[in-house]
Amino acid sequence: MSSAPAARPLASADTAARGLDLLLTAPRARTGWRVLPARVAAMCLVELQKLRHDRTELYTRAIQPALWLLIFGQTFTRIRVIPTGGIPYLDYLAPGIIAQSAMFIAIFYGIMIIWERDAGVLTKLLVTPTPRAALVTGKAFAAGVKALIQAVVVLLIATLLGVTLTWNPLRLLGVAAAVLLASAFFSCLSMTIAGIVLTRDRLMGIGQAITMPLFFGSNALYPVDVMPGWLRAVSAVNPLSYQVDALRGLLLGTPSHLPLDFLVLLVAAVTGITAASCLLGRLAR
Amino acid sequence: MTERARSPHNLQDTHGAPQQSPQDAPSVQNAPMAPPLRNAGTSGRAQPDTGRAAPDAVSCTGLSYSFGRTKAVDGIDLSVASGEVFGLLGPNGAGKSTAIRCLTTLLPVPYGMVRIFGHDAARERMSVRRLLGYVPQQLSADASLTGRENVALFAHLFDVRRRERRARVALALEAVGLADAADRMAGTYSGGMVRRLELAQALVSAPRLLMLDEPTIGLDPIARTSVWEHITAIRAATGMTVLVTTHYMDEADQYCDRVALMHRGRIRALGTPEQLKAALRDRDDTGHDGGDGRAAPTLEDVFRDVVGGDLGGALGGAGSTGENGAGEEGGDFRDVLRTRRTASRVG
Repeated sequence: MSSAPAARPLASADTAARGLDLLLTAPRARTGWRVLPARVAAMCLVELQKLRHDRTELYTRAIQPALWLLIFGQTFTRIRVIPTGGIPYLDYLAPGIIAQSAMFIAIFYGIMIIWERDAGVLTKLLVTPTPRAALVTGKAFAAGVKALIQAVVVLLIATLLGVTLTWNPLRLLGVAAAVLLASAFFSCLSMTIAGIVLTRDRLMGIGQAITMPLFFGSNALYPVDVMPGWLRAVSAVNPLSYQVDALRGLLLGTPSHLPLDFLVLLVAAVTGITAASCLLGRLAR
Repeated sequence: MTERARSPHNLQDTHGAPQQSPQDAPSVQNAPMAPPLRNAGTSGRAQPDTGRAAPDAVSCTGLSYSFGRTKAVDGIDLSVASGEVFGLLGPNGAGKSTAIRCLTTLLPVPYGMVRIFGHDAARERMSVRRLLGYVPQQLSADASLTGRENVALFAHLFDVRRRERRARVALALEAVGLADAADRMAGTYSGGMVRRLELAQALVSAPRLLMLDEPTIGLDPIARTSVWEHITAIRAATGMTVLVTTHYMDEADQYCDRVALMHRGRIRALGTPEQLKAALRDRDDTGHDGGDGRAAPTLEDVFRDVVGGDLGGALGGAGSTGENGAGEEGGDFRDVLRTRRTASRVG
């Protein structure tokens, strides 16, 4: 490089700074309830933009649920040891795998928060006029959007494998709501833990340690009736069970407790958002 | 406008006169050329009715912050006038970043300690944040988004409406010279470009106070110049107040209207770079006979003088010129160890 480039920026900076009129006026502030949906939309948009630029994660994440359905599902369909109430095991399993793959995405979302903290992105977000609860809600639903796309992928795989699922748009809307709420809860659980342990390595360990119990301690693979008593207790407080119950009811039309399921998921999501918002400050420090 | 000398160790006090009068010189004198018109009417910011015409951009009184037992910021009083480019200088771990993070509402401060354009940082967080554009020390653009998307996110977060968004984002990118690279992924940007992208992110909300934490750290000389030239041009065009921390004394000398030298959580000297250098020169001239043809002191010499006196302790009396190399080196080393520990906690 000669000396010329050093002189050039001045000229370009001068010309560039002209005509900044619009940048002299601060945008009109949203207030009250309008802040929350605006922030959630902004965060979800960013998540979609990221997925549009790089779909690798979408493809690689489809592998595991596909294997669950293909290997585990087909095998257990054949040996018929799990009482499913008359439907093929593969059908029974599909909603469970949708819930599981959505949870796997959400449960490691806290790692992203820690990464954003380390990269300075979180600090910058916290200096915008975004209340912490709105920021966490935005992140939670951004995780939900990602999980939703994942759910669509698993639904398609399941359909390809011959599972007969509903195509009733209202029911599918209910499926989307259940996936969003549950992912919001699991991502907030992850962000809450991130706020406690503060480092990526510890969060990885804890994330690994809790995903399996959450998964196996739910009705995703087998009905609650076949569980021993103590595991039933785990399942009863595990939001994943309520998500799976809702998904099964909606997708397969099996008997379920939709009002209770959605109530539990809603309460779990709100609790998670509250807890994560309270602990977010620890990450910023 | 003045920094009240709170610490008994404050060198400026013991050295007396030369520093006092310049310090009292109101910064209005060297304040920027006429602050350009801001369309105050259409802006969403309500000016607080404090009775005064224009509140200071930043005013903090007795600002302190501790991480556990480490006092990162130890009682600083500071005022930054509207439209100023103010530099907070000091070595790593001096407490600059912590001070900035208190001003940006990132760290909680008690009521009454920090005011931004008259808004209290403890009580009116959201109003304060709407006035701020903040660029943290790390290169913090999202590598998996394009430059334009990075800026658009901040337009969203500051409630820029849909009809204005595209134009505003484009303007902000143009203002930092990134119009051509706007649709490339930020991950492909050079360090200097990322810094400018962050400037655009901060600019898109038309902040009145731009806070830059070590904006040129880790950049090559050309990128450093370019970043500063964009800051200067933007400031000239918008009349924004700029608060910047740096440990590059030459940059502060060149681009800041006023500077505060921070060391161990306290402000040790404050004034225009010229005032501080002149004060040191005068002191040197009276201390030695004839000044022995030394080059005019730089801001770095001022800093060495301020800090060296503190570290030297007993040596300070006779050799206040800071030429006692050995003593200073020892002090610096201890200091580095100390600041490293703080820095790792402060981040």
